[in-house]
Amino acid sequence: MEVAEGAAGYRRLLLRRGALLLALSLGLLAAFLLDVATGPARLPLSTVLDTLLAGRGAGGPLSVIVWDVRLPYATMAVLVGAALALAGAEMQTVLDNPLASPFTLGVSSAASLGAALAIVLGRGIPFVPADWLVPANAFAFALAAMLLLQFLSRLRGAGVQALVLFGIALVFAFNALVALIQFLATEQALQQLVFWSMGSLARATWDKIGILAAALALAVPFSARAAWRLTALRLGEDRARSFGVDTNATRRGALLRVSLLAGVSVAFVGTIGFVGLVGPHAARLLVGEDHRFFLPASALCGALLLSLSSVAGKLVVPGLLVPIGIVTALIGVPVFLALVLGRGRVA
Amino acid sequence: MSGASLSVTGLRVAYGRRAVVEGLDLAPLRPGTLTALVGPNAAGKSTLLRGIAGLVPGTRGAVRLGERDLLAMSIPERARHLAYMPQGLPGGVALTVMETLVGALRATPTALAPNGAAAAAHAVAVLRRLGIEHLAMRTLDRLSGGQRQLVGLAQALAREPAVLMLDEPTSALDLRHQMSVMALVRETVVSRGLVGVVVLHDLGLAARFADRLVALSEGAIQADGTPAETLTPDLLARVYEVEARVERCSQGHLLVLADAPIRGAA
Repeated sequence: MEVAEGAAGYRRLLLRRGALLLALSLGLLAAFLLDVATGPARLPLSTVLDTLLAGRGAGGPLSVIVWDVRLPYATMAVLVGAALALAGAEMQTVLDNPLASPFTLGVSSAASLGAALAIVLGRGIPFVPADWLVPANAFAFALAAMLLLQFLSRLRGAGVQALVLFGIALVFAFNALVALIQFLATEQALQQLVFWSMGSLARATWDKIGILAAALALAVPFSARAAWRLTALRLGEDRARSFGVDTNATRRGALLRVSLLAGVSVAFVGTIGFVGLVGPHAARLLVGEDHRFFLPASALCGALLLSLSSVAGKLVVPGLLVPIGIVTALIGVPVFLALVLGRGRVA
Repeated sequence: MSGASLSVTGLRVAYGRRAVVEGLDLAPLRPGTLTALVGPNAAGKSTLLRGIAGLVPGTRGAVRLGERDLLAMSIPERARHLAYMPQGLPGGVALTVMETLVGALRATPTALAPNGAAAAAHAVAVLRRLGIEHLAMRTLDRLSGGQRQLVGLAQALAREPAVLMLDEPTSALDLRHQMSVMALVRETVVSRGLVGVVVLHDLGLAARFADRLVALSEGAIQADGTPAETLTPDLLARVYEVEARVERCSQGHLLVLADAPIRGAA
């Protein structure tokens, strides 16, 4: 690999990385179909495919199971996985920290606080329908936390260190407030709150899927445009600036996308932390850190992981849907270890 | 190349409220010459370099390349004229050498790399010029210290700047690599007509490769001139607080021999 080959070698590298993206996409498609085909009602894959192809309006119990239960879950798993892992990838790059995830700077704690207020006190944003109260409140708090963070870090010159410290301070502050609300809550509200924070796809509806898809559609073009600048940022702040990258603006943009994606995800499915941390790591091992490949590979890895977790969640205890937040970590950890041990360092 | 000189007037570089460099003027640095910034630890060498490169927010004064003020430019515009290489290249980054060079070229649009193929071809040409084409497909974490310095240099050179600023390009290098990196820097600066500025710790190396030596302490210029003019026992006593001799070796190169620290000078 190390003989002089210059541009030809680089071309082959790009092709190989493109092929890996394609393989990940195919794997995701397979996992998605498996997810739709898995469930308490044992339907053969062919029946599921026929029902899918017949369209939503076909009617009958099969149509209800496939179109109103399984398909929303499976789609939500893919979208949430993609959103959180993409957000995690950008977060790790702009914070220059491999331990960062979309929730590092307090997005999920803020969302939990919003959800807790809505669940326990029934307080929330005025004029929001009752069944949207919890997600709307969670999202509003997540976004507000990010804006507060950006404001604080601008006050003091937006260094990465200061940003992380403020973020950690926010995490502790929000967690304390959530604990306070839990302490004051009724037993019933407490149970609901705990279940919310576990993370579950059971709250998936087509409306929510539409909103999450819209958030992704909004964020992805900007991520794609920032790909070169993010790659340059990996070589260090000063070096990136010397290449003409406005690093502070790049960081602000990325954080805004992260809060949108993580905020919407956490609002709809609760806290599913692991995927945003591990998706990017798996992608890095597979395609390296040229962000033109790294960002889509992260999204695909996250979607694949969550899709497989969703399948596993239905199989672990037959007839019972184990919250996906739990399953993700349980199957994600061995997958992740296998990747790290198998590949060693990046090729 | 532009052929314009770089001049610095009334420069103030501060971290927060603490000014490290205040009211500093630097006589024009001519294209095709290499200037070494020397001085003891915490003299403000790196700060001055970063200030000139526009990397410290709130830097005041003027840094002119010909008629144009670099500090007044936007970050992408400045990057078309000036490249800055910080000390060391971060490790643990999953990028190949080629990817970092193509990334350097395409981070912001340049005329050098209108598309991917042109960027790759240009990157290979830069690597070949530095004699490290064989490293093209290696990842950064598999490079030795010397190779990293060269790759860092390649990234700075890839954008074909008129001003090249290097912060300790020879730190952590063995003798052979110090020589080859400095020879390469000098050759590039002279043959391409760049304004070259290097921060160096090693006075012998600075005297040998630089056309001009600027000695700095406490953020102010203490001496400025050719190596022979600048490096005197008096300067070494004032700036470095050592008793030292400056002698010529059998081949005529300047040698600095430090004998003892001056007690109570601080």
